[in-house]
Amino acid sequence: MTWVEACGTGDIDEEDVIRFDRGDRTYAIYHSPDGKFYATDGLCTHEAFPLADGLVMDNIIECPKHNGRFDYRTGEAKGAPVCVNLKTYPVKIEAGKVFIDLG
Amino acid sequence: MVIVGAGEAGACAALALRENGWTGPVTLIGEELEAPYERPPLSKTVMTAAAEPGAPVVLGQSLRREKNIEFLAGSAAIAIHRAAHLVELEGGRQIPYRKLLLTTGARARRLDTAGTSQLLYLRTFADALAIRARLLPQTHIGIIGGGFIGLELAASARQRGCKVTVLEMAPRILMRGVPLEIAAKIADRHRAAGVDLRTGVGIQAIEDAGNRQAIVLVDGAKVACDGVIAGIGAIPETSLAERCGLKLENGIRVDERLKTTDPDIFAAGDCCSFPHPLYDSRRIRLEAWRNARDQGALAGRNMLGAEAIYDAVPSFWSDQYDLTLRIAGLPDGAKATVARDLGDDVQLYFHLAEDGRLLAASAVGPDSKIAKEIRLAEMLIARRQRPNPDDLARSDVRLKSLLAA
Repeated sequence: MTWVEACGTGDIDEEDVIRFDRGDRTYAIYHSPDGKFYATDGLCTHEAFPLADGLVMDNIIECPKHNGRFDYRTGEAKGAPVCVNLKTYPVKIEAGKVFIDLG
Repeated sequence: MVIVGAGEAGACAALALRENGWTGPVTLIGEELEAPYERPPLSKTVMTAAAEPGAPVVLGQSLRREKNIEFLAGSAAIAIHRAAHLVELEGGRQIPYRKLLLTTGARARRLDTAGTSQLLYLRTFADALAIRARLLPQTHIGIIGGGFIGLELAASARQRGCKVTVLEMAPRILMRGVPLEIAAKIADRHRAAGVDLRTGVGIQAIEDAGNRQAIVLVDGAKVACDGVIAGIGAIPETSLAERCGLKLENGIRVDERLKTTDPDIFAAGDCCSFPHPLYDSRRIRLEAWRNARDQGALAGRNMLGAEAIYDAVPSFWSDQYDLTLRIAGLPDGAKATVARDLGDDVQLYFHLAEDGRLLAASAVGPDSKIAKEIRLAEMLIARRQRPNPDDLARSDVRLKSLLAA
């Protein structure tokens, strides 16, 4: 387990997403409409566009480039043109900070 | 279920038939030899990739096998026998259909000028490879037409180190559909990249000049090139529909459920015109990737009896250099424009009707900056909202907060 601090809980509005970069990897951290936090790989599995530039609607992140949709809680690809699921990472909140487990 | 035309729309329809529970045969018929592929990369990554790429396939063999979709490549449909519900292929094979979908697309409009036998056009993957072979460093490429195909090819050709001249007939590029400010920014970007972009220019003829060509302008000036590409529009492929008596009007005429004048025949994508519910049922034909996909999918559902109305907000994008141009909706008839500053010299334009309804939005800039905003504008347009212009203009008012429930 490698828990890494990604951001503060106040850094992401509800039903929104931010980008988190570490080394040469990009992640996306989500704040769901019901107040929970999730993390996935940050680049779309279709053409590697940064997902954090996209729209969060309920539990869906939509890639802004070609509107591919994923359920950010599970990484599941939900709508063409995406067909490869997103990798997800466990998240924990401690003292107002969001940590993700990079494995 | 039979689909004639194996491009983006046809592929999405075939998949939608399976997704919506059809277990009977699905036959997708295509004239081209490649598996169904998408066209946007043809003017971009197919041109600029270091090594010659394969076609950008969207419905390959393994997916077709998984979904049990029969694909007949290199097969021309030559007739539809409507009463008998048969599609006849060149060579005589007859394919029976319960419902038929025409997704025959469009072909590149040919330049009608003296000496045009050597011109290159871009519609198919084969066309793209032929153009790509000419895009060598230091060669001079002449591009006739300052529309999206011409501009994207200009950007790709510059990236390959070609000298590029773009010749546009109208007083400015992108005259219809985008604000002057956006067209100007794009023109500036091309010029900054070294493209010789000339507007208000008419073509008189194309002359052979040894193993080069010369584009002769109406004023007599000549532009010597190593290759000439024309991107002057696309004409919907309607001959099959016409020959079997289906109604045409700027393409194959369909209703808001994508049904033709024959209740068992549908049409979708570049080849069809349809009434758009968001725009007073104005009859339009859209040449856009999103439209091909969304219409293909909806036609698939309606072939199975769904009766869904197609009302998706028209959505278009063009990538040129580091810029993306995005247009959501149809700006025609807008009476007012409101600009929102997105920072870094990027503006988002909202196009409002007389009654304040948001008709369209447009922007050009890095996609990371504009894509989400345009997507939110698209949602405002879909909900027929009349946003307060001041809220649209103020960058401290989040567009998301303007969305009605």
